[in-house]
Amino acid sequence: MIITTNDLTKKFGNFTAVDKLNIEIEEGEVFGLLGPNGAGKTTTISMLCTILKPTSGSAKVNGFDVSAQPSKVRSSIGIVFQEPSVDDLLTGRENLEIHAMLYKIPREVRKRRIGEVISLVGLEDRADDVTRVYSGGMRRRLELARGLMHHPKVLFLDEPTLGLDPQTREHIWDYIKKLSKEEEMTMVLTTHYMEEADMLCNRIAIMDAGKIVVLDNSTNLKKKVGGDIVVLKMDNPNLEKIRKLSFVTSAESKDGSVQIVIKDVDRNLQKLLCKVGRIKSVEVRPVTLNDVFIHYTGKEIRGGEEEGSYWDRIMRSEVNR
Amino acid sequence: MIDAEAVYAVWLREFKVYLREKERVISSFVSPILWLIVFGSGLGASVSLHGVSYQVFIYPGVLSMALLFTSVFYGIYIIWDRKLDFLKEVLVAPVSRSSIFVGKMLGGCTDAMMQSLILLVLGVLIGIPLTPATFIYSLLILFLTSVAMVSLGLVLGSNLTNQEAFNLVINFVIWPLFFFSGALFDVTTLPPWLSTITYLNPLTYGVDLLRGAILNVQVFPTYLDFSVLIVFSLVMMWLGTVSFGRMQQSK
Repeated sequence: MIITTNDLTKKFGNFTAVDKLNIEIEEGEVFGLLGPNGAGKTTTISMLCTILKPTSGSAKVNGFDVSAQPSKVRSSIGIVFQEPSVDDLLTGRENLEIHAMLYKIPREVRKRRIGEVISLVGLEDRADDVTRVYSGGMRRRLELARGLMHHPKVLFLDEPTLGLDPQTREHIWDYIKKLSKEEEMTMVLTTHYMEEADMLCNRIAIMDAGKIVVLDNSTNLKKKVGGDIVVLKMDNPNLEKIRKLSFVTSAESKDGSVQIVIKDVDRNLQKLLCKVGRIKSVEVRPVTLNDVFIHYTGKEIRGGEEEGSYWDRIMRSEVNR
Repeated sequence: MIDAEAVYAVWLREFKVYLREKERVISSFVSPILWLIVFGSGLGASVSLHGVSYQVFIYPGVLSMALLFTSVFYGIYIIWDRKLDFLKEVLVAPVSRSSIFVGKMLGGCTDAMMQSLILLVLGVLIGIPLTPATFIYSLLILFLTSVAMVSLGLVLGSNLTNQEAFNLVINFVIWPLFFFSGALFDVTTLPPWLSTITYLNPLTYGVDLLRGAILNVQVFPTYLDFSVLIVFSLVMMWLGTVSFGRMQQSK
């Protein structure tokens, strides 16, 4: 196990941000913390990265205790923060050079290593521009390059694609996938985008209100919901009657339609439609991680950027040098 | 504990940022020049102290003031750095907190020294009696004073978390440090309650040394001035290293 936590807890005053967390992460896996804003994902990562002291409990990263041996932990990890953290008055290459000095990458290999990571994230043409003129996606790529330049045992990615446009997001996903394959690095990422967790992670821990609700791989998580989703648009649905059907796992009515989880949709859809009576439309879709989240918490993972978008934060960072 | 390469890395970042922020460089010269030329020559027409014109008398004080503002501002700027993630990148690096502190501190001293250098040259141009030896001695004094003041700023900045505190520091730290330092007046002629406050202010000793170097008017013995500045700097550097070690994220 490259990361283990033992009742890891963080309180801010009376508010418990992370509540007795116990997770084990294996070497080489891509592990996802999925949950809504405020679920405690960033707090968890901050504790694992030694920049936030746990209130109680403990955690080990690469065999070192985060509270007792912070500098050993620091040399084992790389981090891509949620907020932009490159110096916008330095060029991409200069940002990497300073990072190399801080992480004591030997002078002889520094130049080569910088060249490698720059080409890995495809920034060869722009490496000598100040990062102020970079797009959000380019900054993110630079931060990825920086995070893995010193070959950390674990790379933490805190909301790696927050606020990026869909196309850029897919590019970043490609880089992350490539990295996990080529560098065989353990990665821990937080996200509130279900498709991101689905796409990248070997195992996903769904977090809500400081606790892990459920932890498994994506396929098993979806199985736990118990079938596929059928959405029927209809007037006055008889929920009781629908729920009594043997192949129906659950049924909820939601703004003028009924969302039903049914087993073996290929065989049972016809039966369902015969029983429910008059409908306006029908939609069948596979279970998503959002359904898993709703299944366990009764709430949705809202995709909103309540803390301000990536660009808002870049703007703010520019005002403050 | 102190890792030279990490200090250099942190300093290099600060220095490059400084050189590329021309607004910051320019704005740091404007107010001292106004003080010196407008205030100094306005009052200087009617006042003279220790046999020199007021403009010449306050020159060391204006140098100290410029240094004070640049240094403490630089230090408390990390209130903003902390809100964003610039500082986090350095704080998660496997580098001792004292190295980060010293690198940051030297970055601030560099800003202050660039400013001092230009103001000293300006001093020569407006007829302040500076010889090459006093020029270099003044730079040394200014450097030591800036170590003390940047460290003070960093200690304050790393212990304050909200941006409103910035104004508090300006009103309750920077202005009092300036007014009670003898930068604008002769400390020996003050009423006792006022001179007591002045003696508690570390900046007083920097101003005194500087006035001794430039105008040959010095109240305290040189060894006392240096001792106070050095001891104050060491205490601040120690406090700063401790504060950097405790610095945490807000979530």
